[in-house]
Amino acid sequence: MIYLKQSDYEAILAHGKAGLPNEACGLIAGREEGGDRYIEKVYLLENEDHSPEHFTMSPQAQLSAIKDMRKNGLGPLGNFHSHPSTPSRPSEEDKRLALDPRASYMILSLMEEEPVLRSFHIEGGEVTVEDLTITEQ
Amino acid sequence: MNIIVAGVKKEVPENTTVKELIYLENVETPDYVTVSINDEFLMKAQQETTVLREGDNVEFLYFMGGGC
Repeated sequence: MIYLKQSDYEAILAHGKAGLPNEACGLIAGREEGGDRYIEKVYLLENEDHSPEHFTMSPQAQLSAIKDMRKNGLGPLGNFHSHPSTPSRPSEEDKRLALDPRASYMILSLMEEEPVLRSFHIEGGEVTVEDLTITEQ
Repeated sequence: MNIIVAGVKKEVPENTTVKELIYLENVETPDYVTVSINDEFLMKAQQETTVLREGDNVEFLYFMGGGC
């Protein structure tokens, strides 16, 4: 199970909406306990591609976030990006570029009025949906 | 020799190169990983010749991108 605080969900959602019509992206950080993942902080990064169909996070922005995670005793858990006009599922490009099998890949779909955020494990092109719970705190 | 890899203290042999560390750490898809040492990014061509030093702080940054 992945636990995401309501406030962090809202931050991801606001970042996704602010980035429209382009994709938005960022990193998730936290801790792992007994197979569960607790997201403690989200990092709202710039989509270097500035595109409605693609996203890239720069190594510089990633390193800056990683340093902050280390300083706060957190570990990188994965990333998120938005799909402005497609469902919350990994595209073929998402699968091909999911290079870290330890990462959770979260996708926020903004195609409908009601946003949909889901998390995926992607390894060798195989996709598994991860259980995601949004918590009050 | 002690270094820090992805926030974790590790002991590696003296004169370990970055390329050897990538192998030792079983880094997935190394062709798509950017390495930083003490906050400085390393060119891929330098991985084979760069020797790690005591106390170095190494991060492996996966290419992160995709599309809808």
